[in-house]
Amino acid sequence: MRLIMHNMLTCNIKGVINKSPLRIEAEKVIKKEVDFNPDFLRHMLAKIEWKALVDGARSMGYTELPVHAPGIESDEPFLRKFHHALLELNLEEGSLVCQESGRKFPVNKGVPNMLLHEKEV
Amino acid sequence: MWFLCVFYHRLLDFRKPEVEALAELFGEDESLQWRLPEHHHNDTPFHFVQLSSEEIAQNIAKRSILVKGMYELWGEGTCYEELKESIQSFPDSRKLPFLTSDSTFRISVETFGKALTFDEQKERIHSLTYIPFEGKVNLKNPDHNFFLMEMDESEESNGLPPIVQRRIFFGREVGFADRKLLPTFQLKSRTYLGPTAMDAEMAFLMANQANAASGKLVYDPFVGTGSILVSAARFGAMTMGADIDIRVVRDGRGPDCNVWSNFKQYGLPAPVALLRMDNNVPPWRSGLKEIFDAIICDPPYGVRAGGRKSGGRKILRGTVDPYTVPEDKRTGHIPSTGAYSLVECVHDLLHLAARMLVMKGRLVFFFPVLRDECGSEVKFPEHPCFKLVAVSEQILSSRYSRVLLTMVKVGPYSDEVEEAARLMHLEFRENHLKWLEEGNIHSSVFKPSTDSSQIQTESKTFKDPKPKYRGKYV
Repeated sequence: MRLIMHNMLTCNIKGVINKSPLRIEAEKVIKKEVDFNPDFLRHMLAKIEWKALVDGARSMGYTELPVHAPGIESDEPFLRKFHHALLELNLEEGSLVCQESGRKFPVNKGVPNMLLHEKEV
Repeated sequence: MWFLCVFYHRLLDFRKPEVEALAELFGEDESLQWRLPEHHHNDTPFHFVQLSSEEIAQNIAKRSILVKGMYELWGEGTCYEELKESIQSFPDSRKLPFLTSDSTFRISVETFGKALTFDEQKERIHSLTYIPFEGKVNLKNPDHNFFLMEMDESEESNGLPPIVQRRIFFGREVGFADRKLLPTFQLKSRTYLGPTAMDAEMAFLMANQANAASGKLVYDPFVGTGSILVSAARFGAMTMGADIDIRVVRDGRGPDCNVWSNFKQYGLPAPVALLRMDNNVPPWRSGLKEIFDAIICDPPYGVRAGGRKSGGRKILRGTVDPYTVPEDKRTGHIPSTGAYSLVECVHDLLHLAARMLVMKGRLVFFFPVLRDECGSEVKFPEHPCFKLVAVSEQILSSRYSRVLLTMVKVGPYSDEVEEAARLMHLEFRENHLKWLEEGNIHSSVFKPSTDSSQIQTESKTFKDPKPKYRGKYV
């Protein structure tokens, strides 16, 4: 699971109020190369929750992202770091933890399981 | 500029929408103007279309699946004398640049609904000597490819719509579809298949309707084996998919036989993300919106594969209260799922698209229809954020078809919009789906027609007892 996906997810159990990003507990992280596409990255930059991306990258062992996203102009070195964090870090095994309820969503073989149990719907 | 667009004679409803979608992708702002040749029926393979430039025409043709050829028309007529007059009156300034002595060319003779011997073809080519070809002939790889197309007045039996008058066209080829994509991507040789994997040709058509292209993010909420995303990836898009069935998404049939290997097979970049989730209870964080450029999918109709959503059957009915799974059984627990009617499934899909598509993003999906409704107006699901731009029917059996709906997002999402959409959904469910007792098309499709009165009505409503021309039923 890449950070681009992690950035979109939250815990949607009945009763959870803050639909905020999940904390990553990484067990196995691998790096996979992806073609660099600046247009795509610029488009994504506007949609990403930056803090969640930085925290997520840190939990996977990548600390090079700046704490704040740059304003209007994003130059190539920044885009390269952004690209690496967003698309090239893969969580193969681990879990996503809801900060509010403590519920853990497992990630196996790179696929997060966001399905809720019967009582949680 | 007007171009002659000759289509492959199949999937008739899909031909023009594909060209229109690609026109928008390649920069046409206005909707396209189409014209029929004289005495031709709308189902004909021959159409005239107006495009802003030859470059756009070439881009559209090359990317399309159903355009046999896009031509700059140099002349037409009902006989060779008329053709000669027509070609001679076509301005030299448009002809001469393609007839220069340092270029190579080839003239091909194509006939529709009849066959010509090699000598007859040569005779026709030689009748064109009034055109000042200066260049050399190159049959393998010419700079310019000219086509002489001839068709006679015909009855229905030649496989084409009835053509009332003999017609001859002469034009310079500007572009044509790359049909080699189809044998390369055909399902027959795909590593990982499922029962509802989308056929390659249709998947490419869907990707074209959605304008999948490099730099765009395409999402399939019913990804299954990834057959639709493969086509989007082939056109350069980044892809993402979700499914409620974890076995399909995560495991497949083994480490070399799963969704990822389908992409690896063709050397395409793997999906950016695959996840297991329920579209009915989606896990999107608050504030997330307008992230996908296109959503392309084939929702479960309930005929061969039914949709599922969270909640077992008994819980959803209220017979049993939602239970908590004991701690020790929790890992590996597969939550029960219950029936998810087509109507509810499509409503959730529209809601997802309304929120997650960028403005002017496209939603492309199939919707099943019973064929005996074709007399009355068929109503499709609607949403205030969307404008329906294309409806293409693919006939599946004598009982039912599916229509490919293409919707463009024209209005932003908000809570007020969502409330209006919910009311539209209720109205749709109440009034337009008489065949859905519980959202179940399966019984309508598979019920045997036993009594004679039913057989009579079937033959009355089945308007074309013998296909007049093949293209309509392919």
